[in-house]
Amino acid sequence: MSTHANPALLDVSEVSKSFGSVEVLRSVSLQVTRGEVVTVIGPSGSGKTTLLRCVNFLESYDSGSIRIDGKEVGFRETGTRQRRSERDLAAMRAETGMVFQSFNLFPHLTAAGNIMLGLRKVRGKSSAEARQIAEHWLGRVGLAHKADSLPAELSGGQQQRVGIARAVAMEPKILLLDEITSALDPELVGEVLEVVRSLAEDGMTMVMVTHEMAFARDASSRIVFMADGGVSAAGPPAEILGAEIDNERLRSFLARFRASHF
Amino acid sequence: MGYTLNFNLIWRNFDKLWGGLLLSLELAVISIAIGIVIGLLLAVWYVSAGRVVRTVIAGYVEFIRNVPLILLVYLVFYGLPTVIDVAYSAQTSFVATLSLYSGAYLVEVFRSGLEAVPRGQIDAGKAIGLTPWQRLLHVRLPTMLRITLPALSNTFISLFKDTSVASVISVPELTYGAQWINFNTFRIVEVYLVVTAMYLFTGYALLYALRLVERRFRVAH
Repeated sequence: MSTHANPALLDVSEVSKSFGSVEVLRSVSLQVTRGEVVTVIGPSGSGKTTLLRCVNFLESYDSGSIRIDGKEVGFRETGTRQRRSERDLAAMRAETGMVFQSFNLFPHLTAAGNIMLGLRKVRGKSSAEARQIAEHWLGRVGLAHKADSLPAELSGGQQQRVGIARAVAMEPKILLLDEITSALDPELVGEVLEVVRSLAEDGMTMVMVTHEMAFARDASSRIVFMADGGVSAAGPPAEILGAEIDNERLRSFLARFRASHF
Repeated sequence: MGYTLNFNLIWRNFDKLWGGLLLSLELAVISIAIGIVIGLLLAVWYVSAGRVVRTVIAGYVEFIRNVPLILLVYLVFYGLPTVIDVAYSAQTSFVATLSLYSGAYLVEVFRSGLEAVPRGQIDAGKAIGLTPWQRLLHVRLPTMLRITLPALSNTFISLFKDTSVASVISVPELTYGAQWINFNTFRIVEVYLVVTAMYLFTGYALLYALRLVERRFRVAH
């Protein structure tokens, strides 16, 4: 199944997961190559966020495999499906970056401090070096002047931009964005999406869950439509969001979506 | 009213009270320090342990919380040496008792604080690749301390006042000093007025200092 000519950076293969009797992921497969921006859309409860959280093993899954750069994320490669040690999991997670819907900044650390923590403790950088990197990324997200502000002193949009800077400063192989504008006031959405767009232009590999259809259409190389825990349709934005798509569920999702957003 | 207040005898013996206050503070500080270590270790252990450990820790906490401090003091000072072969001074005995006592209260404070750390912060710590130990040290404990500071202040003040129980085993702290003056001068009203004022003033000063610390570390949400 693996194509050696163009191996997937992220290879999700037949992943299934249940919460009790509820099957949230049903044999989901998804390949993402380097530099791709893949957007996952779908109704709430379709498993989008769970899928994203499985990629960096914030959630475990019952069967299937998830590989990043050929390495199994959460389980040892002994064939016995043994969970990796916490130390190994931490090292694997450092290879992916994640931005959260509710920002999840560390409230006791400044904007720069939030970014520096991983650089120092995980990447082993000196304080001065970490500070320099933090300032660089704060500049990139337009917050150079907020380096020493605490999260509580920042607006939602600013906090989320710090959240993005914290994730990308670690130089992850892949960036996971989990509904990162859903908790923001409408007027703050644009400044956050602008940052994501510039990262995409830099060639950052991204998987994002979003309800921003216009942004998904413009910024993604591929859109994956999930429904009932499975991938229902996948393809380039023009195809998935186009009028000719032959997928009743997707059509009704988009119709409902348009009705409620315009 | 035939009784006239006369503080002269109190002032003449004031060194008993002053020395007592200093000893009260010393007992409180040492016991709270040991209690913090007990409380932190057990709270961290509790939230990451299985059922057996949780039951044992909860048993310790419930035992301490449901037995009057004065009984614990008697048990440790008079009871323990009759069962096992140990010898210790009244002061050491009291510090050990108050440490165990404050430890039990602080386990509860720290445990509920740890459990109140938002899940999203722990996820964020995982996502940047922190190990469980690093998450504890750099994410959970700092947030927990900020959450628990107000409750900690109250516990500390309460424990400072609890040092008065040491008088029952003749540890010469503030309340014992008051009793000594009372027995020797019969100026009961005057001495307890002065001692009350001393507890009040010290407690208030402690509270004020702790509020300053709280303000320094407050996390706005």
